[in-house]
Parts: sequence; structure tokens; C-alpha cells
Amino acid sequence: MITATHPVETKKNYLNAEEGLKSWLLTSDHKRIAILYLISVTFFFALGGMYAALIRLELATPAGDLVESNVYNKFFTMHGVIMVFFFLIPSIPAVLGNFFLPMMIGAKDLAFPKINLLSWYIYMVGGVFTLYVLLSGGVDTGWTFYTPFSTSYSNGYVIAAGLGIFINGFSAILTGLNFIVTVHRMRAPGMTWFRMPLFVWAHYATSMIQILGTPVIAVTLFLLVLERGLHIGFFDPAYGGDPVLYQHLFWFYSHPAVYIMILPSMGVVTEIITTFCSKKPFGYTFIAFSSVAIAVFGFLVWGHHLFVSSQSIYAGLVFSVLSYIVAIPSAIKVFNWTATMYKGSVRLETPMLYAIGFIGLFTVGGLTGLFLASLGMNVHLTDTYFVIAHFHYVMVGGAIMGFMGGIHYWWPKMFGRMYSQVWSKVAAIIIFTGFNLTFFPQFILGYMGMPRRYHAYPAEWQVLNVLSSAGASILGLGYLIAIIYLLYSLKFGAIAPPNPWGATTLEWMTDSPPIAENFEVTPVITQEVYTYSAEEVLHVV
Amino acid sequence: MSALKESSHDQTTEGHAAHHGPSKGVYYAVFATLIVLTWVTSWIATVDLGPFNIYVALSIAVFKATMVLFFFMHVKYGTRLTKMIIMSGIYWLILLLFIVMMDFWTRNWMGVPGR
Ligand SMILES: [Cu+2]
Repeated sequence: MITATHPVETKKNYLNAEEGLKSWLLTSDHKRIAILYLISVTFFFALGGMYAALIRLELATPAGDLVESNVYNKFFTMHGVIMVFFFLIPSIPAVLGNFFLPMMIGAKDLAFPKINLLSWYIYMVGGVFTLYVLLSGGVDTGWTFYTPFSTSYSNGYVIAAGLGIFINGFSAILTGLNFIVTVHRMRAPGMTWFRMPLFVWAHYATSMIQILGTPVIAVTLFLLVLERGLHIGFFDPAYGGDPVLYQHLFWFYSHPAVYIMILPSMGVVTEIITTFCSKKPFGYTFIAFSSVAIAVFGFLVWGHHLFVSSQSIYAGLVFSVLSYIVAIPSAIKVFNWTATMYKGSVRLETPMLYAIGFIGLFTVGGLTGLFLASLGMNVHLTDTYFVIAHFHYVMVGGAIMGFMGGIHYWWPKMFGRMYSQVWSKVAAIIIFTGFNLTFFPQFILGYMGMPRRYHAYPAEWQVLNVLSSAGASILGLGYLIAIIYLLYSLKFGAIAPPNPWGATTLEWMTDSPPIAENFEVTPVITQEVYTYSAEEVLHVV
Repeated sequence: MSALKESSHDQTTEGHAAHHGPSKGVYYAVFATLIVLTWVTSWIATVDLGPFNIYVALSIAVFKATMVLFFFMHVKYGTRLTKMIIMSGIYWLILLLFIVMMDFWTRNWMGVPGR
């Protein structure tokens, strides 16, 4: 699969085409911006992880002995805000999507390279606001900022945190806009819609959610700031508002936000499974359109977060049914992945381990979501650790497994180096084990009634909590190992060939790492998706 | 933007629908209309229309926003794809408002306060 046209001598690539800090901070190369994002989201992931560690440390004993309850409130709020808005949402689109979406459709860059850089700066400004909140005393509302606590009673830095997320929202909107325009306008000759890799379809659907949903959360938090700061009534009954209106507006975005996290991850997993089974994905159009269906139906289910609020029973019934329906397109994907693996020649390389882990964990996360979507069950489980376990199975077991899989899949392409095959497999298994040990006991705890957001609990729940805390340390160790061997590979790893995995999408048809323009000649696509090879694509012109 | 030109010429459905924007005169006319309507908004606020206060104020605001969208943001001269994206945004807003109201309209149907 290695293209014979490129000589082995050290040639210019996007990493060494220009040098110096300025060339990075003012770059408009989508690949360099992706690296900037990679560094920043990793920083926020570590920060959010630190808060997770503090939470698990406090919960290792039944007594609230490590910190006081109001400090604990700040721990889980900062953990949630940082992980959701500054890691999970930008992680795959802004890093892997930014880098590979243009390459996969044979483009030289995104449609608006400077807007792409702007979106990184906006993200960083939002991040600085959040760091300011964190250093000046934190915020204690939970990442959901529910009224009336957030508007009238909390004495944390709600306004600064709200503005930080408001600003950060524009970064996601601009990235989504950029992707949509790029997919419409920048496809290489012959790259029809149904010849696009499924990673691109997943990002197209994600971008739709980002541009339709993100403005709502931005406006909602802005209304919150107006009410808290200027006492303009939206949510407080004393000013003529309704606190449940806040929950409606918040979840109109925040439920689809889960799909902003999970759809790109599904795209990554589809690419990995296709490559490591050496087969075309089973049911290409079904996978493509199920992404779009998830994006659309994901907007119609938010009321399942309001079952125990004063939302009407009738609205609850409708939302419950709709929530069941949204499980269908997700299930289609799971069946298609397993059908792709069936009778394929499966190679258990590190990215494939993450992809298989993703399928299992996402299935658990998705199915427990159905428990929570049923009205009666939800009353018992609301605000318990069952909910925590459910959404961590989706977000960590789903989104982060996909992110790790994608990083391992494309690392040779991004940096031109191979990482340790042994250590990476060890880390993948440690992460999978640690994850399950952390979160599976939480299902049981939640079912037994342990509420979320408390820093103390009855002594009989200690065993399960200790298991969970032990799992969290194992999980942390796994991430640490991954960071170490990945950084090590940057300098000491073996040189990566252009296509180390024998993949069939366009980004593998050029050098590793790619040249600044991605391709030496504009690729021309004459074959069906997942069947083209470098010879055909790059020599037709 | 330069990269835009040299890529994908397989766009048949969504291409080149008149990229020339409005003339200067149109811009000035729209600007004048907006100024007049701003004045109307503040004047009508001093007249008590009873329950219609909010409807009148919102109608003027929506009309002004539409003018900005069509002329200053060039949507009137944009491609069908641009219009479709904007329509989907408006459709989503209606969806948000309608489904939220669905909750408020059906509260108390059970005969129990708040249910
Ligand atoms: Cu939800």
C-alpha cells in the first residue's frame, strides 16, 4: 500500500514546514490547529481528572472527612463543567475532525481556515474564564446550573462560569459551521456524498447539532446571568418567571450535547472497525443516515431529564416514548459494527481494542438509558448514582474510548511515529478494567438509593464505594501510561510508513506526517468508498 | 477562501445563484426603515394597547430582524442551501417553543396542583 512515488529522504511536512512559536499561534493549517486543540483539551482533561480524583478520594470513606460539603459541591461542579464543555465536546471534532475531515474528502484545508484558528482562540478565552472561576473560589451549582439555586442562592462565581461557557459555545458553533461548509464545497473531484467515509458523515451530523443547539445553551446561560446580575425575570417566579423553563432550555441543548460527544466517537469506531476487519462496513447508508437520525431525534427527548420536576405527566409520557425511539438509530449502528466484524479478518491492534471496548460499554450505557427513560423507573432512580453510572458509561466508556481509539489509530499519521504496541495494548486493557471497576458498582449503589452530589453516605455502602475509588485509580494509571508512551514515541518511536494499518481512506494515501498541503496532487476518486488505493487516487490527474 | 475556488466542481444543485448583492440604495432604504421602526417601537411603548402591547412590540422586532437577515446578511441573494439552513434554524426554534409550551399547556390536567 505504500506509495512508491514518495522518496524516503527527510522532506517538509506540516510539522516542520515553518518553525517557531509564532508560526503555531498564527497558523491557519487545520492540522496545526488540531494539534493546538489536542494540547489544550489534554490539559483540561487532566484538570477535570484531578477533580474526579478528589471526588473519589472523599467517597472512599462514609464520613465527610476530607472536605466540607460546600467544597465538595465545588469539586463535582468543576469536574462536570471542565469535562463536558472543555474536554468532551471539543475533543474529537476539534482534534481528529479538524485534522482528518478535510483529508478524508481530499481537501487542502477547511473552508474557512482563519475562522478555524479563531475558534481555538475563543475556546481558550472561555477556558481562561473557567480557570479564573476555579482560582477565585469555584462554583457550586453543579454543571447544570439549575435555577433558583444558581440565580438566587449560590454564592459561587456563577456569572463568570456562565460567561465562560457562553463564550466557549461560539467556538463549537464556528467549528460546526466550518465542517458543514467544507463538506458541501471542498470535496475532491469524484468524492460524492456516498463516497465519503462514515467519519465524515458522523461529523456532518454533529455539526448540525452544534449549530442548531449551541446557541440555545449560550442564550440560556446568558439569561441566567441577566437574572442573577440584573434581576431581569426569566426563571424566578418572584419576577414572573418559571424555574422549570430553565430546565427545558438547558436540556434542549444538553441532551443533544451527549450526541455531540458520542456521534464523532461512533465515526471513529466505524473507521477503526472497517480498517482492522479489512472489510467494507456493513450497511454504509444505514450507518450514515442513522447519524443524521440521531442528530434530529436527539432534539426531541430532552424532557426525560424533567420527569420529577413539575413538568406535566402528559409531556412526560411523550418524552418517554420519544426517548425510546432515539435508541433505534444507535442500535442500528451497534448491529452494523458487529455485522462488519462477523467473518472479517479481525486484527486486534490497539485502536481495535478501544473500538471493541466502545461497543460493549456504549451498549451498557445506552441500555441503562432506557431504564431511565421509562417514567416509573425514573422516579426511583432520579438523582441517584445509577444516573451517574449511566452517563459515564456513555461519555467515558463511549466518547473517551472513541477518542483514545482515534488517537491511537491516527497517531502514526499525525506525528509520523509508531508508539509501543505492547504498552499501548496493556494500557487499553488497564483502562477498560479500571473503567468498569469504577462505574459498575455505581449502578448497584444507585439502585440501592445512594444519591448523587453528597460527600457522605451510610457505612453499608462503603465496600462498593471503595471498589469504585480503586477502579478510578486504575483508570488514572491507564491514562498515565498512555500519555507516557505516546510522548516517548514522538522522539524515540519507529518511523511510521504512510499507511501502517492498510487502511483505505484518503488520509492514508499521503505522507506520514502529511505535507502542509495534505496531497501533492489533488486526489481524484473513481472507486467506491473504502476500496480506493493510493495508486488509483493520486495518479489519475 | 482561495481554496474554495479550486475544489469540487461537482456542485450542480447548490451553486452560483447570483452572488451580486444589493445596491447601495437598497442598503440606505433598509437602514432608514430600521431607524423609523426603532422610533415606532419606542413611541408605541408609550401607548397602552392592553394585551396587544407584547404582540405589537414583537411583530416590529421580528420584521426588523427579517430585514437585517434578508438584506444586510445577504440571505435574499444567497443560495438555496443557505436559505434551507436558515429555515431549519427557525424550524428548530419553533420546535423548542412548541414542545416547551406543550408542558405548560397540559399542566394541572390530572386535577392535582402541578400535575
Ligand atoms: Cu438526555
